[in-house]
Amino acid sequence: MERPSDKIIVCRCEEVTLGAVRQWIAEGYHTFDELKRILRVGMGPCQGRGCREIVLREIAAMTGKQMSDIPPGSFRPLTRPVKIGAIADDGGE
Amino acid sequence: MEWTNTADVVVIGAGIQGTAISYYLKRRGVEKVVVLDKSTVCSGATGRCGAGIRAQWGTEMNCRLGLACVEKFEGLSQELGMDIGLNQSGYLMVAYQDKEWEQLQKNVTLQNRLGIASRVVNREEANEICPGLGAPDALGFTFHARDGHADPFLTTFAYHKRGRELGVIYHTGTTVTDIKVANGKVFGVVTDKGHIDAPVVINAAGGHSQFIASMAGVQLPLFSERHEIIITEPVDAGVCPPMLMSFSGNYYIQQRPHGSIIAGCSPAGHPQDYELGTSWQFLQQMTRTMLAVLPRTRGMRIVRQWSGLYNMSPDRQAVLGEADDVTGFFVSVGFSGHGFMFGPVTGEIIADLVVGREPEINVDMLHYRRFQLGELILEPAVV
Ligand SMILES: Cc1cc2nc3c(=O)[nH]c(=O)nc-3n(C[C@H](O)[C@H](O)[C@H](O)COP(=O)(O)OP(=O)(O)OC[C@H]3O[C@@H](n4cnc5c(N)ncnc54)[C@H](O)[C@@H]3O)c2cc1C
Repeated sequence: MERPSDKIIVCRCEEVTLGAVRQWIAEGYHTFDELKRILRVGMGPCQGRGCREIVLREIAAMTGKQMSDIPPGSFRPLTRPVKIGAIADDGGE
Repeated sequence: MEWTNTADVVVIGAGIQGTAISYYLKRRGVEKVVVLDKSTVCSGATGRCGAGIRAQWGTEMNCRLGLACVEKFEGLSQELGMDIGLNQSGYLMVAYQDKEWEQLQKNVTLQNRLGIASRVVNREEANEICPGLGAPDALGFTFHARDGHADPFLTTFAYHKRGRELGVIYHTGTTVTDIKVANGKVFGVVTDKGHIDAPVVINAAGGHSQFIASMAGVQLPLFSERHEIIITEPVDAGVCPPMLMSFSGNYYIQQRPHGSIIAGCSPAGHPQDYELGTSWQFLQQMTRTMLAVLPRTRGMRIVRQWSGLYNMSPDRQAVLGEADDVTGFFVSVGFSGHGFMFGPVTGEIIADLVVGREPEINVDMLHYRRFQLGELILEPAVV
């Protein structure tokens, strides 16, 4: 069933809607990492800072689980995006 | 999904191999197929890989398999009814050394004989194919337009989704702890969730496949190496459409259709500790390589760095087939750096072997017997 909030963009970097997230949760993808793999949600420059909470909350709501029982998904370096030139030129060995 | 204690086939691992094998088993009419994964679907090497697909190989076996893979991927979105993100912008191979350049040209001769339309291209053409190309010290280039890459997530999830629709049962978060063998035959698996009896067990456990094999009493000379990789923020298309690959230059770099550039290389010494960490050493070597090969990446930002396991065999070729001393125990392992592209084709081959059908490509020479016989397949074209 479509809901008005389906159109909300939850991941601005990769332009993923709440509706798309809901659709794949309904298909049985109940972890952040699986949704990330299939939708690219959280893969953009902000690395999920904006969307992780929203997605986890939606998984909790749709599966009836506690938020604390849902694995938060992996966090990968870099902490923030860094220019290639800045890394390559660093003399430190 | 309800747990039941019997199956016709148990597949260990839900990467590209396990998802493809199980789908093709269902397509061949096998009744009850169960896939087990200790983590989630696509959490292993498959979800961490460069996802390149190529027919530009240096041995006849790999050229035949590679071409079959390219053809398979060309029809895969349609076969599975889901877009798998195929992008055929070719592989541009870059040689820096005389011997390497000779080898690349020999490879093209072999490839052409086997029906692969690869060719030598000059610098001017290379620059047209890859507008961002620097690499002033390169000696020569070869190109095959039908090479490319697919989205590894979408490809694996397409097999997963279609497989489930056909009745494949998946139990994720389920670790296989033992394999039951008696009188030279496999008869089931033990997991942390319970046991499953099955006359056929397939090892598709990627970087951990040697441990799974030894549970069945099969010793495979495999080991796993950690390989790192990075991706940039999305930038305008057309910087590096083809996969740029060099064996002596030690890199593969490609821009995804949505703009990010993905890059990997092999700094000396790959840790074999089964950890999945990341290192500054890699980050620095990779970004320096990128500046030399694609100078205009200087101002682009790296967004993410991660690693995955290459499951290595003594000749860096896959190990496929049924175990000699354990009937019903099949392996689809040892793919080193090219198990994603081979997955759809080897998945079908393994399914054929299980149901006793003659596969379209004979893979007898990829049996692990070759290590005992000393018949290694020495492939000159790997990073
Ligand atoms: C950085 C990098 C770049 C690469 N680039 C390319 C490329 O460009 N092209 C290409 O073709 N290939 C590439 N590869 C190689 C490719 O990723 C692998 O060969 C391929 O994904 C292997 O697939 P798989 O299904 O065998 O293994 P995996 O995807 O690793 O799946 C194995 C699964 O088995 C599960 N498992 C393990 N042990 C157990 C257990 N005891 N019980 C239950 N489950 C278990 C794991 O959880 C895992 O999900 C690359 C690899 C890396 C790391």
